[in-house]
Amino acid sequence: MARRLSFKDAINEALFIAMRADADVIVMGEDVAGGGGRKDQGIEDAWGGPFGTTKGLIGEFGPKRVRDTPISEMGFVGAAVGAAATGLRPVAELMFIDFLGVALDPLLNQAAKMRYMFGGKARVPLTLRTNVGAGNRAASQHSQALYGFTVAIPGLKTVIPSTPADAKGLLLSAIRDDSPVIFCESKSLMNSEGEVPEGDYEIPIGEAAVLREGSDVTLVGMGSTVHTALAAAETLAADGVHADVIDLRSLYPMDETTILESLAKTGRVVVVDEATPHCGMAADIASLCADKGFDSLDAPVKKVTAPHTPVPFSPVLEDAFMPSADDVVVAVHEQLGWNA
Amino acid sequence: MISREEALDVYQQMRTIRSFEEKLDALVKVGRLPGFLHLYVGQEAVAVGVCAHLNERDIVNSTHRGHGHCIAKGVDLKGMMAELFGRRTGICNGKGGSMHIADVNLGMLGANGIVGAGVPLTVGAALTAETKGTGGVAVAFFGDGATNQGQFHEGLNLAGAWKLPAVFVLENNGYGEATPIEFATAVGDLSVRASAYGIRSLVADGMDFFDVFEKAGQAIEHARNGEGPTLLECRTYRFLGHFVGDPMGYRSEAEQDDWKSRDPLETFLAKALELGLVREDALKRIDEQVAAEIEAAVEAAEAAPYPEPSDVLTDVYVEG
Ligand SMILES: Cc1ncc(C[n+]2csc(CCOP(=O)(O)OP(=O)(O)O)c2C)c(N)n1
Ligand SMILES: [Mg+2]
Repeated sequence: MARRLSFKDAINEALFIAMRADADVIVMGEDVAGGGGRKDQGIEDAWGGPFGTTKGLIGEFGPKRVRDTPISEMGFVGAAVGAAATGLRPVAELMFIDFLGVALDPLLNQAAKMRYMFGGKARVPLTLRTNVGAGNRAASQHSQALYGFTVAIPGLKTVIPSTPADAKGLLLSAIRDDSPVIFCESKSLMNSEGEVPEGDYEIPIGEAAVLREGSDVTLVGMGSTVHTALAAAETLAADGVHADVIDLRSLYPMDETTILESLAKTGRVVVVDEATPHCGMAADIASLCADKGFDSLDAPVKKVTAPHTPVPFSPVLEDAFMPSADDVVVAVHEQLGWNA
Repeated sequence: MISREEALDVYQQMRTIRSFEEKLDALVKVGRLPGFLHLYVGQEAVAVGVCAHLNERDIVNSTHRGHGHCIAKGVDLKGMMAELFGRRTGICNGKGGSMHIADVNLGMLGANGIVGAGVPLTVGAALTAETKGTGGVAVAFFGDGATNQGQFHEGLNLAGAWKLPAVFVLENNGYGEATPIEFATAVGDLSVRASAYGIRSLVADGMDFFDVFEKAGQAIEHARNGEGPTLLECRTYRFLGHFVGDPMGYRSEAEQDDWKSRDPLETFLAKALELGLVREDALKRIDEQVAAEIEAAVEAAEAAPYPEPSDVLTDVYVEG
C-alpha cells in the first residue's frame, strides 16, 4: 500500500527501517537530535535534524546510535569513514553540501580510495546525506549543487532522488551498499509530497527512470530539475513536441543505456542541471551523447544549467541563476530550429 | 573608563543593533523580507565592547550572526537594510545577503556562512597588518560551536606561532544551533583552549559592556604592541532563535528568563546611570532617533530597485 508522504518524511521512514533491520546502522551529524536525550528536561530531540529528517530516531534507538556531533565536519565525517571501515554502517549528515570544503579529505583521500589502495580488502559502507541546491534565498555558501565534485572522485557513488518514493528506496540502497554513497537531497523538494510504498524496498543505484515518454526530444534532469524538465515537457506538448523525461536518480554510476536508448528514439538531448556548467553532469552527458550516440543526434546537445557564477542572494538574481522550464523550452526550440 | 560622549555612542550602537534585529524579525515574520537570518539580540555588548577599540585600519571577521558586528564596525545602516532586501543599492549590491554582508572598505571582511571560516581569515588579516606595518589589528568574532572546527584550531596555532596582532573573540552563547556546548566538547571552560596554542586568554561577562570593553582593550593593546594574539571568551546568550523561524524547544523558559534578566542594554544603562555617564532624556532622544533611522532605512530599501537579472554574471572575476 502506498500513501502520500513528504520527501523528508520518506527519508525519515527509510532511516527507521534501516536502523530496525541492522543494528550496525548509526546516524550522526549536527543537530540530528539537537542535544537529544535530555529527558529530565523534557527534551528528547529538539530539532530532529535541521530539516526534521531524523526526528524520532533518538527516542527509538538511543543516543549511542543517534549522535549529535560537534560542528566539526572534518572530524565527524572522518570518524564515519573510520567506523564504516571497521564494522559499522554509518549514515552521516553533512547539513549542506557547501560544507564539503570543510569535510573533503576523509571522502576524497580516505573513503574513496581505501578499498582500492588496500587491495580490495576494505569495505567502506558509508552513506553521507547532504542537502543541495538553490532557491531558498540562502546565498552563496548554502545553495550550491556540488555533486559534480563527488561524481568526479573514483570510489564514491552519488545519487539524487526527485520523488519521495525514490528518496526512500534509494536511501535504503545507499545504506546497504558496501561502497561509500553520497546521497543528495534537493532543498526545494524537502516538503514536496508523493505516493510512497509502505515497508522495505530498494531502488537500485545506477538505474534512471523514464517519467514521461515522447519521441521528439530527451530531457534529462536530476533532483529538482526533474521537475523543471517535466514542466517544460508539459509546455512543449501543447505545441506538439513530445519529450522523453529521464530522471537520472543516480549520478555515478550513471545509466548510460537509458539515455542512449532515448536519444536513439528522439535524436535530441537537453540536460537540465542546477549545478554550474563546467566539469559537471551536463558536460558528462553531452560528452556521452557525442561519444556513443553521435549517429543518433539530429541537433547539438543543449546544456541548461546555472551560469558559471556563485549563487547570488537577491531573489531576482537567484531566480535568474536557476535553470527554468522556459530555458528548457527555448533550448528545445533551438534544436528544432524554431528560434531562427 | 569611557567618557560621557562615548557612553552615548555605546548606547546608541547597542540600541541600533537591538532595534535593527527586532525590526528584521518582524519583517521576516510577515513575509516582507526574504532570506535566512540569524539575529544578534542579547549579544550586543560583545560587538560594541570590542569594536569600541577599533579604527578603520583594523579588520573584523564575523559569522552567520553578523549584523551586530557590522553595525558596531560602522557599516552604513541603509546599505545593510537594502542588502537584506536584495536591492541593487545594498552594501553588496544584493549579491551577499545576511550571511555575507560586508564592507571591505571599512575593514569589515564579512559575515560568513561557514562556521569557523573567519578565524584563519583573521590570521591572514593580521599577517597583512604585521607584514605591512599598518599598526592595525585583526579581530575574529565566532561562536562556541566554531571552537570545535579545525579552522579555529589551525588558525589559533598559526597566530600563536607567528605572534600576530590578532584577537579571537569567542561569543559563548551556550549553543550551536540546538545543541548545547556540553554535548559538543568535554572542555568545560572554553577559554583554556588558548593554552593549547601558547596564547593568552581572557574571560569577560558578555552581558556587561564595561567588562567586555575592559578585557577587549587589554587584548587589543597587547596585539597592537606586538605581543601576540589573545583568545577573549565572552559569556553571553542569544535571546531569539538560532534563525528566524527556529522552532526552539531545546532551551527551558527558566534558562531564557534567567539570561534575559541580565539584558546587556539594561545592564549598561543601570551602570551608566549610576556612574552619571548618561541622562534619561538623552537616552530617550537616542531611542527615537534610532527608531526613525531604521524606519527610514526600511522605506528606502523597499523603494530601491532590484538588480538586473544580468547582474548575476558580474563581479565573478576582477575585470580589466
Ligand atoms: C561549516 C559549517 N557547518 C555547519 C553550519 C551550520 N550552522 C550554522 S550556524 C551553526 C551553529 C554555530 O554555533 P556557534 O558557532 O556557537 O554560533 P552561534 O550560532 O551560537 O552564534 C551551524 C551548525 C555552517 N554554517 N557551517
Ligand atoms: Mg553558540
